[in-house]
Amino acid sequence: MSAYRSPAIRRYLIRIIVLVILYLGFLIAAVTAFKAHAVSGIAAYGLAVLPALPVIGVFWAVMRMLVEETDEFLRLLHVRQCLFATGFCLTVMTIWEFLQNFDLVPPGNGGFGAAFFWFVGLGLGGLYNRFTLGTAGCA
Amino acid sequence: MNNRLKVLRAERDWSQQDLAERLQVSRQSVNAIETGKYDPSLPLAFRIAELFGLAIEAVFTSPSKG
Repeated sequence: MSAYRSPAIRRYLIRIIVLVILYLGFLIAAVTAFKAHAVSGIAAYGLAVLPALPVIGVFWAVMRMLVEETDEFLRLLHVRQCLFATGFCLTVMTIWEFLQNFDLVPPGNGGFGAAFFWFVGLGLGGLYNRFTLGTAGCA
Repeated sequence: MNNRLKVLRAERDWSQQDLAERLQVSRQSVNAIETGKYDPSLPLAFRIAELFGLAIEAVFTSPSKG
C-alpha cells in the first residue's frame, strides 16, 4: 500500500502548467502584434480574445478537478474553496462597480478583472479551509 | 459526529497514514473524520467499519445519542 496521492490534483497541476504556458504565449503574441499595429478588423478581435481562452481553461480545470476527485473530504475542501472564491470575486467586483458608478475610482480595472480576483479568492479559500478545517487540502 | 477511530487505530498500532492507506483516502480525510470535523459519507463509513470488522454503530456514535 502507498500513501494516497490524488490523481485528480496531479492532472489538475499538469493542466494548469500547460494553460499557463499557453496564456503567456498568447499574451506575448497579442501584445506584440497590437503594439506593432499588425492586426485589425476581425483578426484583432480574435487575437484580443486569444489570451482569455487559457484563463477560461483554468476555470474548466478547476471544475474538472471537482468532478474527478475521488477523496470526498478533499472534494469538499475544493468546493468550499471555489464557493469562497466566487463570493470574494463577486463582492470585490460589485464594490468596484459601485465606486465607478459614482466616479470615485477611475474607469477600467488596470487588467485586474474578475478572473484575477477569483484566483485570489481561491488562495484565500485555501486559507479559510486551513483555519476552519485544519487543512487547505493539497494531497 | 463522535467516533472511536483513534482508539481503534491505537489498538492496532496504526498511524493516521496507515489507516488512510488501508482506506485509500488522504491522511487529511482520516484526521478530519477522527477529530469530528468531517462526517464521512455512508459508503466510506461502511468501509471504515468493515476494515475494523465492526458494525457502523460500533465505530460511530449516532448524533441523536451522542
